[in-house]
Amino acid sequence: MQIPAELRYTKTHEWAKVAPSEVIVGITAHAQEELRDVVYVELPPAGKILKQGEPAAVVESVKAAFDIYAPMSGTVVRANTELSKSPQLVNADCYGAGWFFALTPSQPSEAEALLAADAYTKLITAAAH
Amino acid sequence: MMETAALQRTGLYEAHLALGAKTTPFHGWEMPLYYTSILDEHRSVRSAAGLFDISHMGQVWVSGPGAQEMLDALVVSDITQVAEGRACYTMLVNEQGGILDDIIIYRVAAWDYLVIVNCATRAKDIQWLSAHASAHAAVEDISAGRAIVALQGPKSAPLLEAALELHVNPLGRFAAMPLAGWGDRAWVARTGYTGSDGFECFLPDVFARRVWQRLVEGGREAGLSPAGLGARDTLRLEAGLRLYGTDMDETTTPFEADLGWTVALSKPAFIGKAALVRQKAQGVTRRLVGLLAQGPVPRQGCRLLHEGREVGLVTSGTFSPMLERPIGFGMVEVAASQINTALQVAIRHQLYPATIVKPPFWRHAPAHPAVTSG
Repeated sequence: MQIPAELRYTKTHEWAKVAPSEVIVGITAHAQEELRDVVYVELPPAGKILKQGEPAAVVESVKAAFDIYAPMSGTVVRANTELSKSPQLVNADCYGAGWFFALTPSQPSEAEALLAADAYTKLITAAAH
Repeated sequence: MMETAALQRTGLYEAHLALGAKTTPFHGWEMPLYYTSILDEHRSVRSAAGLFDISHMGQVWVSGPGAQEMLDALVVSDITQVAEGRACYTMLVNEQGGILDDIIIYRVAAWDYLVIVNCATRAKDIQWLSAHASAHAAVEDISAGRAIVALQGPKSAPLLEAALELHVNPLGRFAAMPLAGWGDRAWVARTGYTGSDGFECFLPDVFARRVWQRLVEGGREAGLSPAGLGARDTLRLEAGLRLYGTDMDETTTPFEADLGWTVALSKPAFIGKAALVRQKAQGVTRRLVGLLAQGPVPRQGCRLLHEGREVGLVTSGTFSPMLERPIGFGMVEVAASQINTALQVAIRHQLYPATIVKPPFWRHAPAHPAVTSG
């Protein structure tokens, strides 16, 4: 399973591409694999203020809807509107075209609490047993 | 895993694991949810064929010179009109007219009926049927050690004929025939729960495993895919078929479920007749309707509004792979149940539009195009 080393991860299976000015957020390969058929994505509007660990978006599979949590606090600067037309991009390319939204971090130090790729790999491997 | 330890498994369980099935607990059974993807399996059924294990459903044998009379007194339809080799979709109701289960009765011989009941209601149904057995009508639960294999989709007939080495294609819709050489009380019928053409085979596990294997191997090139309960649910919704326990239950009458066509009030007597006669005369106060929605998927329990006023609840919903939009069923006040009524669905504190339509949401193209030449 693909777990890019340059990204940071949450225990709730979001990924974050952390830069000082902007954090891009999506869901991991493990999450999209568990969801299988993504049929709808609800994204936060630009300007929305998010708090780390709180629901920020919704992803729906055929069977159910799931919350996506903000990996860091900040203000939404843009969202991936392509997902409204083509939610299956989340399955096809979860680390690329299937990104969810970008935020300007208000607490950059929160990034330290996120998991590195090796720690996230351990987390999902442990859950499989 | 601990929670799955007590779950029952069908005779095809090993075959599902070999195909990489993701299983799910379903009313006490460990059943395939999907093998690859619900959407892909759904599309396989619509374009080619899908193979389902539905052995969790109950198989009840009702037989004897009094079998017809006994069943006729318990269901809303006129069973005396069902000829040998034919099947009938009908309902068991209680004295209040509330639906105990929706069932299919196959008349396999003059005095023999195979009754297929839902998994969740299986024990209750068998108890109900047994309580009405007599010296002339025996009720026997024959489910143990038996399977139901459903093959659904436009390519079902040739694929099933090759696997069974029997001519099943002459069977008409809702007709059944014996599966000679495929075990005790083995039958095949042109029935299903998908809205596409297809067949259901009722047979002992050992024979079911052979049919399954032959279909999986022989159907691969034609686009046959094994399909799980996930696709079964999206297919039945698209076809406008109700799910017992979700769209209707003991508090719902056939008229409220918009299944009044199954009710034969002309019959001399049946359990629940008085209540249904009364309701027919007074009219229903609520009705199950089809919903064509926009935005997120309407899920069971979502509130339905009409001009700002709450008029009912969504009973089930999904994303339609053929229409590529959300669809569902809702139980609404009769005043807001007319076709084309614009409703709103409340999903996560927002309102989204939904229009009442007459199910089915999807209908297969006719097998033979209409002849227009004069």
